[in-house]
Amino acid sequence: MKHTIKELEDIASQIRRDIVRMVHGCQSGHPGGSLGCADFFTALYFEVLNHNKDFSMDGIGEDLFFLSNGHISPVWYSTLAHAGYFDKSELATFRKLDSRLQGHPTTHEHLPGIRVASGSLGQGMSVAIGAALTKRLNGDHSYVFTLHGDGELQEGQNWEAAMFAPFHELDRLICSVDYNGQQIDGPTKKVLSLDSLQDKFEAFGWHVINTDGNDMQSIVEGLHYAKTLTGKGKPILNLMSTQMGAGVDYMMGSHKWHGTAPNDEQLATALAQLPETLGDY
Amino acid sequence: MKKYTYTEKKDTRSGFGAGLHEAGKKNENVVALCADLVGSLKMDAFIKDFPERFTQVGIAEANMIGIAAGMTIGGKIPFTGTFANFSTGRVYDQIRQSVAYSNKNVKICASHAGLTLGEDGATHQILEDIGLMKMLPGMVVINPCDYNQTKAATMAIAEYEGPVYLRFGRPVIPVFTDPDQKFEIGKAWMVNEGTDVTIIATGHMVWKAIEAGEKLAELGIDAEIINIHTIKPLDEEAILTSVKKTGCVVTCEEHNKFGGLGESVARLLTTELPTPQEFVATNDTFGESGTPDQLMSKYGLDAVNIVEAAQKVIGRKK
Repeated sequence: MKHTIKELEDIASQIRRDIVRMVHGCQSGHPGGSLGCADFFTALYFEVLNHNKDFSMDGIGEDLFFLSNGHISPVWYSTLAHAGYFDKSELATFRKLDSRLQGHPTTHEHLPGIRVASGSLGQGMSVAIGAALTKRLNGDHSYVFTLHGDGELQEGQNWEAAMFAPFHELDRLICSVDYNGQQIDGPTKKVLSLDSLQDKFEAFGWHVINTDGNDMQSIVEGLHYAKTLTGKGKPILNLMSTQMGAGVDYMMGSHKWHGTAPNDEQLATALAQLPETLGDY
Repeated sequence: MKKYTYTEKKDTRSGFGAGLHEAGKKNENVVALCADLVGSLKMDAFIKDFPERFTQVGIAEANMIGIAAGMTIGGKIPFTGTFANFSTGRVYDQIRQSVAYSNKNVKICASHAGLTLGEDGATHQILEDIGLMKMLPGMVVINPCDYNQTKAATMAIAEYEGPVYLRFGRPVIPVFTDPDQKFEIGKAWMVNEGTDVTIIATGHMVWKAIEAGEKLAELGIDAEIINIHTIKPLDEEAILTSVKKTGCVVTCEEHNKFGGLGESVARLLTTELPTPQEFVATNDTFGESGTPDQLMSKYGLDAVNIVEAAQKVIGRKK
């Protein structure tokens, strides 16, 4: 372990502060999913991923990460800033004119850490597969990680990709699903049930693990365990239970904070629940 | 009228297959992907020599485009192959976000474009693909005219950094361009110098423009014929220089007149040099089943249609 669990939890708390402040600052964006995934991003970038903050698009010899559900950009931007990819003062520009921190992540403004645009859902797994194929051709044994929304799995392209990866034995591909059971129009069970994602992915030939995405110990151990499963011919799927809005009590467990910004009073309430640890931007 | 002859007929898709094989020999970073149409795309030679650099994706075009975008990360130069319809309309959003907006070095190679796909009918005969692709910021759009030019274009785009849409077709047509040509993206080819009318043609319509030029010569009309193989970026200088001389223009393409080469030329001329123009193109319609020759005739894409358009546009000159 590079950090203690407490240290990682402190980083996650700071990232959560950043998220609510960024979304409040421009009065738009997606706080719910971002907060729910703060622990995953912290574990990934500060503990699991072999990455270089001196960003290169090709990422030779590095682990790569692709965010498929691009709307949770605030959590990624804050994580990248704290990991040293760019100055955290830039977080204040989120969703504003002339910013590199676009509403959804893009390479177009050359923000370090981003390797493909995402936002239109369902495309990230295919892109990650491509990156993994190139790593294989290059003899580069690094890992490729992804994150997907659970509602996002309603997009058909995911299942084209899910069929492809096991067939081609892409066993250094570790995909995580933000399994919060919520989407814009309501609970996934009511909008279009995903039923058992575990059964679905296992039927497609994946090795499926389950983690608690809002328990730092669980997610760190889960991602490390996922790495030990690689090299056995199967891609890994991490079904990661999360709470949308985790860390801010009034946002938790409801789809209502998927894409709504807090007002001044709500911001103050949220910040009171999230200790400042690394310093605000 | 300069004389063009041919000794053989070949399909442009075979030019793609040969060019891909050559590009693969020259650069080990060239990789290819296909969505279950290897034979139709003539990818066999590449696959035989570089099996590890070929990925069969299956009937999953959206996944193929995403995988191609991802493969650029780490330095590969992916060429995707399927029919033009499934290379564009079916995967527009994947191309838009993962390739064009992300500025990935992907070459989208599309066969069986246009009416000349023939008997399969309108589900497969896309006449909107040039429009779809040229609308994407940063996308290069190329529609070569014969086997040799397609082969040269395929090799050239491997050396160009950035997203490219390469459009070619199924039918065997005359091979009349130089087998050793150097293909320059965005540079028009002067097929025939003339003074009375400028005929601008792309793809399969270039040979028909040559046939039309010969008929026009018999009628005492001296046609300048320009091959625009690169619809985007458009060789504006070549077009303006020609039109200044002739004072009228006919554009010819196997594509809907909405969104194709003709509209690109019209946009240029409207802003720079307002000029009478006629369009030889399909007229806001889907195709249907039939032989390629029957379809080109029925939908007004024959040499005779170019001749008529030239006569009409000359009559509109002030």
